[in-house]
Amino acid sequence: MAISVDEPQVSADLCRKAHYTFTFLSDPNTEAIRRYDLLHKDAGEHGHDIARPAEFLIDKSGVVRWEKITEDLRVRARPEEMLAAAKSLP
Amino acid sequence: MRRALIGFGLAIVAFVSYPLFFARFPVTRDIPWATFLLFVVATTLLVSGVRQAKKKLWPVVLATLGIAIFAFSIIGVTVLTRMLPASHNAPKVGDRAPEFALRDTAGQVVTLSSLTASAPRGVVLIFYRGYW
Repeated sequence: MAISVDEPQVSADLCRKAHYTFTFLSDPNTEAIRRYDLLHKDAGEHGHDIARPAEFLIDKSGVVRWEKITEDLRVRARPEEMLAAAKSLP
Repeated sequence: MRRALIGFGLAIVAFVSYPLFFARFPVTRDIPWATFLLFVVATTLLVSGVRQAKKKLWPVVLATLGIAIFAFSIIGVTVLTRMLPASHNAPKVGDRAPEFALRDTAGQVVTLSSLTASAPRGVVLIFYRGYW
C-alpha cells in the first residue's frame, strides 16, 4: 500500500493513469507520516510538509520485518529487494 | 572551434539525459555513471575546443557554461537529492508498526491492522512524496 499527503481524488487519478490496483491512502495532515518519523518539512508544493520516501514490510502480526529508509531521493527500494524480503515471511 | 560547440551541446544533452532517460533504469539512476560519462566527453571536447581556438572568447564562454552545468549536476546528485530528514525514530526491524487510520481513494477509512489482518502474508508500506 502507498501513503502520501495527496488527497484521495489525486491518488485515484494517479491509480487510473498508472493502472495501480493496490491501496493508496491519503495523509494530508501528516498523522501517519509523523508517527513513522518520516516528515520532510516544507518540501512539498507551496512549502507544505510531505513524506520523505521510505518502504516497510510488515508481517501479519503487525511487526516490521524489513525496511528501507533511503538517504537519497533518487535511490529507492527495488521491487526485487522487496520480493526477496517478502519471501522470508512465514 | 566546432569542438567547443559540439562539447557544449553534449553537456546540455548529458544534463537532460538523466531526468528524461537514465533515471528510468536503476542501473543508470542510483549511480549516474552514463550521464557523467557524457559529461566527461563533453568537457574533453570543450577544453580541446578552447585550446584550438586561441584568443577567441566564445569557446571559453561555452566551456565555462558547460563545466558549470557539469558541476551543478555533481552537486545535485551528491548533495541536493540527499537533503532528507534523518528519521532516527522511524520504526526499526522487529518493532511493532505504528497503527494509523487513513482514507483510501474511495474515501473509506482504512487501518493498518485491518490490512495486515486480511493480508495472506504481510503488507508492503510505501511512503512517497506525492504530487504525481
